[in-house]
Amino acid sequence: MDQISLKNKLSVGIDIGSTTAKVVLLNENNETLFSKYERHFSQVKEKVLEILEEMKDLLDGKTFTLAISGSAGLGFAETLNLPFVQEVYASGEVVKKFWPDASAVIELGGEDAKIIFLKGGLDERMNGSCAGGTGAFIDQMATLLNVSNDEMDKLSLEYKKIYPIASRCGVFAKTDIQPLLNQGARKEDIAASIYQAVVNQTIAGLAQGRKIDGKVMFLGGPLFYCKGLRDRFKQTLKLSDENAVCPDNARFAVAIGAAIYALKTKTTVEYNKLVNDIKDTSLIKQQNSLEPLFKNEEEYNAFVTRHQKASVPLEDAESYSGNVYLGIDCGSTTTKLVLITEKAGILYSYYDSNKGNPVEIVKQQLLNIYNCFGDRIKICGSAVTGYGEELIKSAFNIDKGIVETIAHYTAAKYFKPDVDFILDIGGQDIKCFKIKNGAIDGIMLNEACSSGCGSFIETFAKSMGYEIKDFALKGLFADSPVNLGSRCTVFMNSSVKQSQKDGASVEDISAGLSASIVKNAVYKVIRAGSADELGNNIVVQGGTFLNDAVLRAFEKELGKNVIRPSIAGLMGAYGAALQAMQVKKSNIISKQELLSFTHTSKLTVCSGCTNHCHLTINTFSDGKKYISGNQCEKGLGLKKPVEEIPNLHEYKRKKLYALESGNKGIGKKKIGLPMALGMYELAPLWHGIFESLGFEVILSGPSSRKLYEKGQFSIPSDTACYPAKIMHGHIVDLIEKGADIIFYPCLTYNIDEKASENHYNCPVVAYYSELLSGNMEELKNVRFLYPYLNINSEKELSKELFENLKDVCGAEYINIKKAVKAGFKKYYSHMSDIRKEGEKALVYAREKGRRIMILAGRPYHVDPEIGHGIDKLAVSLGFVVVSEDSVCHLTDRQPVKVLNQWTYHSRLYRAARYAAEHSDTQLVQLVSFGCGVDAITTDEVREILERGNKFYTQIKIDEITNLGAVKIRLRSLLGALEERGEA
Amino acid sequence: MEFVEFTKEMAKDYTILVPTMLPMHFKLIIKVLSHYGYKMELLETTGKQVVDTGLKYVHNDTCYPAILVIGQLINAIQSGKYDVNKIALMLSQTGGGCRASNYLSLLRKALKKAGLSHIPVVAFGVAGLEKHSGFNLNVTKLYKMMHAVFYGDLLMSLVNQVKPYEKETGTARKIADKWTERLSEELIHKYISYKKVKRNYREMIAEFAAVPMNKTDKVKVGVVGEIFVKYSPLGNNNLEEFLYDEGAEVVVPGLLDFLMYCVYNPINDSKAYGINKIKAFACKIGYKFLLSRQRDIITLLNEDGHFMPPTPFSTTASLTKGYIGLGTKMGEGWLLTAEMLELAHEGVKNIICTQPFGCLPNHICGKGMMKPIKEKNENINIVAIDYDAGATQVNQENRIKLMLANAK
Repeated sequence: MDQISLKNKLSVGIDIGSTTAKVVLLNENNETLFSKYERHFSQVKEKVLEILEEMKDLLDGKTFTLAISGSAGLGFAETLNLPFVQEVYASGEVVKKFWPDASAVIELGGEDAKIIFLKGGLDERMNGSCAGGTGAFIDQMATLLNVSNDEMDKLSLEYKKIYPIASRCGVFAKTDIQPLLNQGARKEDIAASIYQAVVNQTIAGLAQGRKIDGKVMFLGGPLFYCKGLRDRFKQTLKLSDENAVCPDNARFAVAIGAAIYALKTKTTVEYNKLVNDIKDTSLIKQQNSLEPLFKNEEEYNAFVTRHQKASVPLEDAESYSGNVYLGIDCGSTTTKLVLITEKAGILYSYYDSNKGNPVEIVKQQLLNIYNCFGDRIKICGSAVTGYGEELIKSAFNIDKGIVETIAHYTAAKYFKPDVDFILDIGGQDIKCFKIKNGAIDGIMLNEACSSGCGSFIETFAKSMGYEIKDFALKGLFADSPVNLGSRCTVFMNSSVKQSQKDGASVEDISAGLSASIVKNAVYKVIRAGSADELGNNIVVQGGTFLNDAVLRAFEKELGKNVIRPSIAGLMGAYGAALQAMQVKKSNIISKQELLSFTHTSKLTVCSGCTNHCHLTINTFSDGKKYISGNQCEKGLGLKKPVEEIPNLHEYKRKKLYALESGNKGIGKKKIGLPMALGMYELAPLWHGIFESLGFEVILSGPSSRKLYEKGQFSIPSDTACYPAKIMHGHIVDLIEKGADIIFYPCLTYNIDEKASENHYNCPVVAYYSELLSGNMEELKNVRFLYPYLNINSEKELSKELFENLKDVCGAEYINIKKAVKAGFKKYYSHMSDIRKEGEKALVYAREKGRRIMILAGRPYHVDPEIGHGIDKLAVSLGFVVVSEDSVCHLTDRQPVKVLNQWTYHSRLYRAARYAAEHSDTQLVQLVSFGCGVDAITTDEVREILERGNKFYTQIKIDEITNLGAVKIRLRSLLGALEERGEA
Repeated sequence: MEFVEFTKEMAKDYTILVPTMLPMHFKLIIKVLSHYGYKMELLETTGKQVVDTGLKYVHNDTCYPAILVIGQLINAIQSGKYDVNKIALMLSQTGGGCRASNYLSLLRKALKKAGLSHIPVVAFGVAGLEKHSGFNLNVTKLYKMMHAVFYGDLLMSLVNQVKPYEKETGTARKIADKWTERLSEELIHKYISYKKVKRNYREMIAEFAAVPMNKTDKVKVGVVGEIFVKYSPLGNNNLEEFLYDEGAEVVVPGLLDFLMYCVYNPINDSKAYGINKIKAFACKIGYKFLLSRQRDIITLLNEDGHFMPPTPFSTTASLTKGYIGLGTKMGEGWLLTAEMLELAHEGVKNIICTQPFGCLPNHICGKGMMKPIKEKNENINIVAIDYDAGATQVNQENRIKLMLANAK
């Protein structure tokens, strides 16, 4: 030791990431003398001091070099004026030094993912701002599965199958995993699927088409600790054992890099001075803070007393005997259960995480009830609501299934008969209902992307080392809560990181998070401009509002007091119980049956159609089955329905895929049309033109998840919409089908339907070919034609095609002119067929007295993969489904407050007008995640509908959409319509 | 929505609030307009309250610049500093197929939501289609404002090239401020003598060239991107200052390029699609004029020899060949790709491509073009940075630091 210090060549590297701190001490031979890896729970300063203290024996009184790295180390280094090195750069340098033959590095950290390409042009990349597939994401998922990280890793090694899980971001993934859990999928499979999602996101988001091969280094904590994750990478990248290297010091790569960098800087520090300097720093508090939630204890006490008033009488469980009613709310993360008396007093209640197995929990609870109360009570009615409604209903013979919205309204009415606004923030959802004249007048639900809800704050608390209760308590008296913004919870993670950098305390962060959740609900979900829009009698509920900090933040944001029932977390179950009182005779499972009750779940793939839904078949002891995961009724093993309800989405799909080539055969050049984006509108036009010119026209697809995956690795911008990203798969598909030429023109202007001020395409539809051409290696082997064309003049189009096809087929101008004419004829007749079919569907609906749903979006939303079969779901709920372009001709141009200058959107506005004008017609808007233009259209469509006294329902769709949530949305719509007594 | 006209009566004593994008340019432009009797005020407010106000009144998925600009305006109105019955707002507005063409509508919707729909809004820009009797842009005004842009671009470029090397901190900024004062006095003269303008250019260049400098080796970093976040310190979290503090020399293409892009597109449209021939003809005249004025600046800079001149726009446009079609005209369109290529061409190998989170055109022209640009240009070091109300500075800076660590 002494020898080393004499040479004075000690160097310390400190890597402070978003969740962990890593410290190493190197000697002059770059040998590690000390290393430490620990979570810092946002207490950066304390943690560093603690580790330095441990190093006292090695360093006391000595002078050494030191450098800091890592995203949370940035501010730390600045304040202390110590050398800083960027972490990716640092690990790149380390790998070059110690593993010169490595060709790539994959490093996952708490919140960042990085790839470094070392061979064939150095390239160091980090994930963009919307990407949660990292350590923090894995932590969150483990919490969701209710296992530790180690257990999750072990589970993953036992997987049998991989489920597709959205890899766009953590919030999305959660919405995919939750229903899998609820459906009883195996945890082993889910664990492996989560890792696979991380792998897909890393490769798709960072490699972006650049091939990862040769010797690959796996660095960073998550990859070091999770063997299952490394296995997924190995398998996906097809790496041999020798080429997948995770060194022993993988966790310390950045810290080692920092120590080596420190040597170069030659700035030295003395141990005791360093320790004292760190002790003396008080990270300057940022200015950007909010008012404290409570000024003093007194204010808090008044608040508590006020809220205690809204409570339900509790019945004495020991002595009560008589009739009771059972309500169950099987939510996404928690299961709630209440038993009430005939006077609506609560006899028994239960609220807990469903631990991934709600069936088991309900079984235990029912047994518990039977055992506790014995013959003293008689269950006269039972009702269930929530995500797991159908599963629980069929498992235990529950009498009634109730849509969540109705359950909540029923409960809220009990506390405040004249309630005019209900806000429910649960584990996974935010739900808001406006009440007018005793009926639900408007429903707003959060989108998959903005679930700034309870489970977020809970996982966050855990990641900082607190239980949610204590964490919330800490926030109550924070003196300067941090302002964390309101966009999305993944962004909030990095906002927290920023505030840590600025020295915010746990108290301030806790209070800040509460305020963020409230802001997200008010401005993003409700989209309120002022508190007055919410009405005067507001009831708040949902487990999240049991958190006093959130409740107070909400009252402060609104500037008015609200009612929070004491049973805020049980409102769904309580409402269900109240509804159960209407049941005449209960058939609920008896104690004997319950004792012998068993439940097994099996997974299978439905082969009813090309969707290949993953089905979970739950079998109960009495032989009853409950199948979930199906997008349509086919998977349920039912016979073909007697009635064929019109579905324009299905009609359009069939019609497009019926475009067969008449030029099949020898010698004809094959031209491929990728069936994505604008091709869904214009395929008949191009098909007509190229057929007439003697090409064999082939279409790609139909779309599927598999097809998407074929092209996903060349996507350069992961925040683009799914309809655009799936284009890459379609190109690959066409090449596989043997296309000689691929055609997707650049169209600034779409067809002018004379119903808007201009007739643009959106930038993505218009120019995606430019991106494809620049990013898809596959296109280098075929002819990719993407000329800029004017499709509003036959003459111009003929001229332009003549120029562009000169060296492709050498067709004469006159023939091209003829072909263009033929193409337009085909296009117009195609569109006219759609309109006629739309009219027919409307007539059908009115004759049969069925509800009409305009499932409105863009032409490409009929794609089976992009629309996820939502049309079929709507049909199964009894709606006649029409598309926006099949009915928009039936009404006049709709004046709007924004620029009406895109062809597709102008159809949307007209379709909304049609719905507003017809009492039997509802409109549901499909919006692709990442669609910038829809940020403008959605508010307009909502306004048009609301002026016509109609509900506005929006469904955000992306790579994966959880049909369970969509179903609740559509059923809420139905429930609200019925409540209002509308046809 | 009801259109509130900005009337002649209002023009007399209303204060017109204008959000800032490029401080130097906008100061000059406003000076020109004030001379015509308008009471103008440039808003330079920053901070969280601007963003928060924006988030409150604008759909949160809308692009970040809309949230900032509208937030800044409404925040100013609500500050109590102005008589809400005596103010009007001005907003620059581009047209085209990008959703950014909706800023004006979004501002009006936001005003309505805030109960301020009586306040007139004057859209200012290439697609200024509405009629306001109290505000019109004639050729003289436009001509003068054009010069504000020429001057602003030149000053910006000179400051950027001197500031990192000046011996005495603040010299370049001081000179620029002095010139801004002087030029704003000159621009209100009835006529602008082009001779005088050229003399000003020359003097300006000479004055900057005379600043005592330590010509050390500094990393040059180019900044391109969506126009608002590229230029506005409010939009890009003071990116230029950050880079300067990190010891880099910042290279930002001028506003003139964007204006020329706007007049160039109708010419290309007409050629490609056979439409709008009259508009194209007018644009051609404008384009040639601008090109010749840009050439003069280049010549003068070359004569002096101390500074890197801008690349002629026609050359910039031609660099896109083999990368992207000139028909890509929504948002910054092909110009964004062209500017990256132009920087690479000039030897600026480190580039930050800025965009609001989820910017539609930039999926294609920015992020979508990085792979081909990297393939065909050796040693190029590009990083894409997203700006957004929820994106944090620490993440942005960490990525920029990585780019700088690899800087060549």
